[in-house]
Amino acid sequence: MAGIEVTALHKRYPDGTVAVDHVDLSIGDGELFVMLGPSGCGKTTTLRAIAGLERQTTGDIRIGNTLVNDLPPAERDIAMVFQFYALYPHLRTRDNLAFPLRAEGLPKSEVHERVDEAARLMRLGPLLNRRPRQLSGGEQQRVALARALVRRPRAFLMDEPLTNLDAELRADMRTEIKHLQGQLGTTMVYVTHDQVEAMSLGHRIAILNKGRVEQIGTPLEVYDRPASLFCAAFIGSPPMNLIEVEVADGKLRSQGGLVLTPPPGLPRDRCLVAGVRPEALEVTEPGAERSVPARVVSAEWLGDEIIYVVDHGGQRDLRVRMPPTGRFAADAPVGLRHTGGTPAVYDVSTEELVA
Amino acid sequence: MAVSVDEAVSTGPARDHTPPARRVGGRGRSVLEIALLTVLAVVMLFPVLWMIETSIKENRDVYAIPAEFFGFKVTMDHFKDVFVASGGGRSALSVSFLNSVVVAGASTVLATTLGVPAAWAYSRFAVKAKKDQLFFILSTRFMPPVVVVIPIFLMYRQVGLIDSKLGLILIYAAYNLPFTIWMMKGFVDEVPAEYEDAAMLDGYTRLQAFWRFTLPLLVPGIAATAVFALIFSWNEFVFAIFLTSSDNVRTAPPAIAGLIGGTTVDWGLVAAASVVFALPVLVFAYLVRKHLVAGVTLGAVRR
Repeated sequence: MAGIEVTALHKRYPDGTVAVDHVDLSIGDGELFVMLGPSGCGKTTTLRAIAGLERQTTGDIRIGNTLVNDLPPAERDIAMVFQFYALYPHLRTRDNLAFPLRAEGLPKSEVHERVDEAARLMRLGPLLNRRPRQLSGGEQQRVALARALVRRPRAFLMDEPLTNLDAELRADMRTEIKHLQGQLGTTMVYVTHDQVEAMSLGHRIAILNKGRVEQIGTPLEVYDRPASLFCAAFIGSPPMNLIEVEVADGKLRSQGGLVLTPPPGLPRDRCLVAGVRPEALEVTEPGAERSVPARVVSAEWLGDEIIYVVDHGGQRDLRVRMPPTGRFAADAPVGLRHTGGTPAVYDVSTEELVA
Repeated sequence: MAVSVDEAVSTGPARDHTPPARRVGGRGRSVLEIALLTVLAVVMLFPVLWMIETSIKENRDVYAIPAEFFGFKVTMDHFKDVFVASGGGRSALSVSFLNSVVVAGASTVLATTLGVPAAWAYSRFAVKAKKDQLFFILSTRFMPPVVVVIPIFLMYRQVGLIDSKLGLILIYAAYNLPFTIWMMKGFVDEVPAEYEDAAMLDGYTRLQAFWRFTLPLLVPGIAATAVFALIFSWNEFVFAIFLTSSDNVRTAPPAIAGLIGGTTVDWGLVAAASVVFALPVLVFAYLVRKHLVAGVTLGAVRR
């Protein structure tokens, strides 16, 4: 087991595309580290550079204490799980699992023992004599995971491993991967574009955008205080409300009159935007205490909660998450109240968190 | 009008109520289809049939008026003449057939061994100006062979490749290479690169990964591509007639064409030689027909 250090990684393809602009990552030993971002943000390229499948243009990668820049993938002692599983189609499950071990030249008895162990861990017993074609997507993914862990690598690299599964299986596999990582204690780097996956799996999350790291933090840090407008818009569903505010009388005041507690250390004379999570707002009867007038544009009844889209002071897309008890009709005049704590505040011009 | 529910929803007898005209129409259409297909088959296959008939007729039956479709005397003499010279020993035609086998086979192998790795490289790696390179490769196929045959003739004369099997092998390979690269690239694109990635993480080099995992999955594609290349080389006429002259180098197409043009034409021999010439490709295409269909339709549906 080992930590992974990525320093000033830059990857530019011969055709001039810059896939990774500048990425620094410090992944701890035994950590489940998630790289999250939209497609084309450089997360997969970063992962492939760590694996050795892509050669970075500049920058260093260390696994444990070894500088691995010039090592081929096989000598980096890592295992990777792919989005399309990449099980060898002509081999039975058993041989797929044994394959990397045989490639290493381990003795037969040891190969057998390790395959059995991995099969037990991933509950593959009945599948051992089938070929990939005869396995369902979920089963294939379990085999792929088993093939990764059979080698006892220093780190696991996961490239969107759950993307091709249906929603229910995905949730099950998520639990399974998290449990497995905890049990083995092996460093895991997990790439996904699914924020739910990132939030539920990661010890820490790195949010990437346009080949750069926007924020690194625990799921809660990332959720509570997104480091930039991009992160604010990317994490959370529905996303954070971004409300234009002015500083007046020691308070943050929106155009429609919503008043928020300002965080300390606000800069002066800048265009500011407050990030308010949908659950930090509340729709009330019109004229309720501390509420400002607003109007319901639409309501999404999700059963366990209601998402109101509210028009407030000219801003027509404020989203409010409410328990299913408080019901307001669309187009009804209502009150809007802030119930959360101090919001995160961003500078419009730099798009970064200022306080 | 009162219609009982049973009557309205009954399905069983309803079939019998189908208007008879429509059923006849259906049958009529299939009759028409069969008739049209028959006509088409006759038009397409008649020359082939006639060629086969001529090859087994005696020469005076070939010229018989009215032509005899049946009841002529069957002879295998023409086929004997294809392979055996009149004074005994090998005929010039049989030598040309052997030349065709060597030239078509060698050029196909050459084009495939060069084209498959090239296609793999274009599919897997980020190559500078990849699209321009691929277009350039394809552009060499834009003009018909006859356009370049004179310059190539002059070049070949300079380097001493004129009237040699090696010369033909090289020009056919060069002509088949763009096609091989383009067709194989489609096949390689269909094989997920992850197999190679996984194999590389498992301890193989990139070339080993290609050789052990991608290549076996490419076999149907290679078969289809090779058949197309082989058919082209086997049938090629223009380069062959311009670049070769002696009997021991000449391939079958110009050799068969050379049978026509004397004071008398031995049509039986021409037909027999043509039958022998057509057979190998037919048999080969039949053997790999499954791969051929896969090869032609592959890439038609994009993922």
